[in-house]
Amino acid sequence: MDGSESRENLLAVKAASAVKTTGVPAPCWSCRGPVDRSAVFCGTCAAVQPPGQTDYFTRLGIPPSFDIDGALLDRRYFEQQRQLHPDRFATRTGRERALSQSQATAINEAYETLKDPLRRADYLLQTRKGAATPAGCNMVNDNALLMEALELREALAEAGTADAVKLLARRSETDIESCLRNLSSAFAEDDLKMASWLTTRLKYLRKFADDCRARRLQLARA
Amino acid sequence: MAQLLQIHEPGATPEPGTDEAPLAVGVDLGTTNSVVAIGEDAGVRVLRDENGIGLVPSIVAYAADGSAIVGELARRLMLDRPEAVVGSVKRLMGRGIADVKTLAGTLPYQLVDGDGSMGTGGRMARVVVAGHVFSPVEISAEILRALKERAEMQLGRTVDRAVVTVPAYFDDAARTATRDAARLAGLEVLRLVNEPTAAALAYGLDEGAEGIYAIYDLGGGTFDVSLLNMQKGVFQVLATGGDAALGGDDFDHAVAEHFLAQRRQQRGDEPLAVADVKLALMTGRIAKECLSTQKWGEWTLNIGDVPSLHRFDRPALEGLLDPLIDRTIHICRQVLDDAGVDPADVQGVVLVGGSTRVPLVRQRVGELFGREPLSDIDPDEVVAVGAALQAKALTRGSETLLIDVTPLSLGIETMGGIVEKVIPRNTPIPVARAQEFTTYQDGQQAMAIHVVQGERELVDQCRSLARFELRDIPPMTAGAARIRVTFAVDADGLLTVSALETTTGSEQKVAVKPSYGLTEDEMAQMLYDALQHGAEDMRLRVLSEARVEAKRVLVALAAALAVDGDLLTDEERQALDAQVAAVETAIAGEDRDAINAAVEELETLSRPFAERRMDRGIRAALSGRELKDFEAAGR
Repeated sequence: MDGSESRENLLAVKAASAVKTTGVPAPCWSCRGPVDRSAVFCGTCAAVQPPGQTDYFTRLGIPPSFDIDGALLDRRYFEQQRQLHPDRFATRTGRERALSQSQATAINEAYETLKDPLRRADYLLQTRKGAATPAGCNMVNDNALLMEALELREALAEAGTADAVKLLARRSETDIESCLRNLSSAFAEDDLKMASWLTTRLKYLRKFADDCRARRLQLARA
Repeated sequence: MAQLLQIHEPGATPEPGTDEAPLAVGVDLGTTNSVVAIGEDAGVRVLRDENGIGLVPSIVAYAADGSAIVGELARRLMLDRPEAVVGSVKRLMGRGIADVKTLAGTLPYQLVDGDGSMGTGGRMARVVVAGHVFSPVEISAEILRALKERAEMQLGRTVDRAVVTVPAYFDDAARTATRDAARLAGLEVLRLVNEPTAAALAYGLDEGAEGIYAIYDLGGGTFDVSLLNMQKGVFQVLATGGDAALGGDDFDHAVAEHFLAQRRQQRGDEPLAVADVKLALMTGRIAKECLSTQKWGEWTLNIGDVPSLHRFDRPALEGLLDPLIDRTIHICRQVLDDAGVDPADVQGVVLVGGSTRVPLVRQRVGELFGREPLSDIDPDEVVAVGAALQAKALTRGSETLLIDVTPLSLGIETMGGIVEKVIPRNTPIPVARAQEFTTYQDGQQAMAIHVVQGERELVDQCRSLARFELRDIPPMTAGAARIRVTFAVDADGLLTVSALETTTGSEQKVAVKPSYGLTEDEMAQMLYDALQHGAEDMRLRVLSEARVEAKRVLVALAAALAVDGDLLTDEERQALDAQVAAVETAIAGEDRDAINAAVEELETLSRPFAERRMDRGIRAALSGRELKDFEAAGR
């Protein structure tokens, strides 16, 4: 009894230190043997593992960068879902079904974030700087940005025909494209201050494009 | 023994613990008709009655003692005993009485609130039929039970699993109600599949060209249009739209109204009984169906023993239907707009639902998309065929994978009745999103959380899904508490909401069921009632679960022994093997408790083995790392 207790203590100590040292295996919930912390399936018994904490790029197996290969992202996403979606576990034990659900949820979260340039930029800023404007927040601190946003908004309010709105929408599309190009170089040069500014700009350009669409539909229906 | 167990690729393991090949049926639980089908090696077989009819009218007739008749027989009773017959109950799934007020004229039976009153208690509406009060869940369960029986008769074995289809437009409450109904009927739902996705599967679009497909589904009671994006064998629902209260029933209704108006012109106002309305609706339906193939006809309406003759032709019918079809075309345009898809980008259009037999519907849909729609598979059966294919894929494995999206945005009520969206619509599921909220008063210890579904910005314009209160928040100054509300939607589109106070680490977790669903108590009572007939079903299911878990443990242990068997002494190995044999014997038996006890014993016995394996694994990892560190330092 004593012997097994001290063994358990030893394991507990090791397990605690393992949290800090990546590369030290965790016990598999199913066969209870060692399994790599980033493994999706146990190498020994093939049981599905909990998703764990991994950055989105690693989870989907693509290089961490603002410039991603969209086709590769899609392919990796579908490969992962093919293995881990709850439908693949429909006839398994409840535990396995629940784990596949959390895996599929984590994959969807990673994919949805990386697929969209704005969310991807936000995510990169968060992970590189540690803190950034939360996603969806429309704070504009910069005067130049603020003026540009106001001018566009006024122009939209004055646009009385579908064609006038279309013109504005086309302009904002061009702006978004150049903003994305600039974001790409800012991230490539690791200029996080510039990247952060461009991300804010992208946010309101996107918002403006949405508003243009809504206004166009409104005019079309009237 | 244990060594003989096979290890399968992840995700490819066939289900252990059953002696027969796993089997699940596909069920299209429709508003007007339902269909059950089975996927076999040779393809999909729609399970038909002795007359070769696959459609089961979704109509239930109740006797005074509460026993039920489902299908064609019940439909025939509609005229003689209207007060004992109920149909179109799918329209009530997960809906409160206030939601269906507008339907009151089209549903010829009495509705009461969940608590039996006529008020607006915010619970699922109940139907008064044959002197009893039934929930839509119970009535749907009767239909599902009839489909299950039909399948069991024809297949000669127990059927207790199914893939059930729901409109893509169904909200969380309606999906939960559908799942509850299946549970009540003794069917485990392997997956709720959106009807349009099932239709696409039926046409084998998952194996066809990649691209965007539109599914136009005009059934008896609901209209749905969905845009699916098929890439690399994976379906994504790009956008869905529809009207949960528009369908062929409305066509019948328009024709019946037309006949009744003609009658009023001839004879002036006359009192109409419930049976008269049903007669008019039935006549309207017959006229509509005839005019899909004929140019004109004459129908008689016999009310109060006074017949009236109605001559009616296709142009007149189309004049009545055009505004209704227009609504569907308008919704199609909106959905295309939503997804930013041009009609010309759509690679194929699939027609679903009996109402798409109406020539004007085909014509208008063809015009919108500029292409001839697909309609080779019977539009009444196509959804069940797809569901059966998915059921086969889930039980036997397949390359096809369905990834669905949330049909409507999910959010929470904040100050001023504004909706804060937590999960926007068209987000791939399963998904979990968390949002942080805080208190607005010093010392506030409770917080009301109101979950809503819909696209509008104001709470009153969205659909209320659930309300619950988070209590025991530690008293703090206003704005100091951090309450993390997590929305989780599973692969079936079912929502669970939980809330947790994070600053103090005091965890508060509340999972909610939708307010329009059944309470756990009601469900337990219904299950208990159903168990009077289904105790054996339940026992078998529980036994099957124990077997699945036991086999999982055996497979895991066998795999571990194959890798690390050398960590055991011969005596230890013999003891383990003996216990493995004991588990296998228990699995072969019928006693769930014996299986669980044997598994527990095996887990205890193998614990030292697991510890030694962990030790070895950690040691290997650490030595590998030290070696690397050493190499790095030496450089």
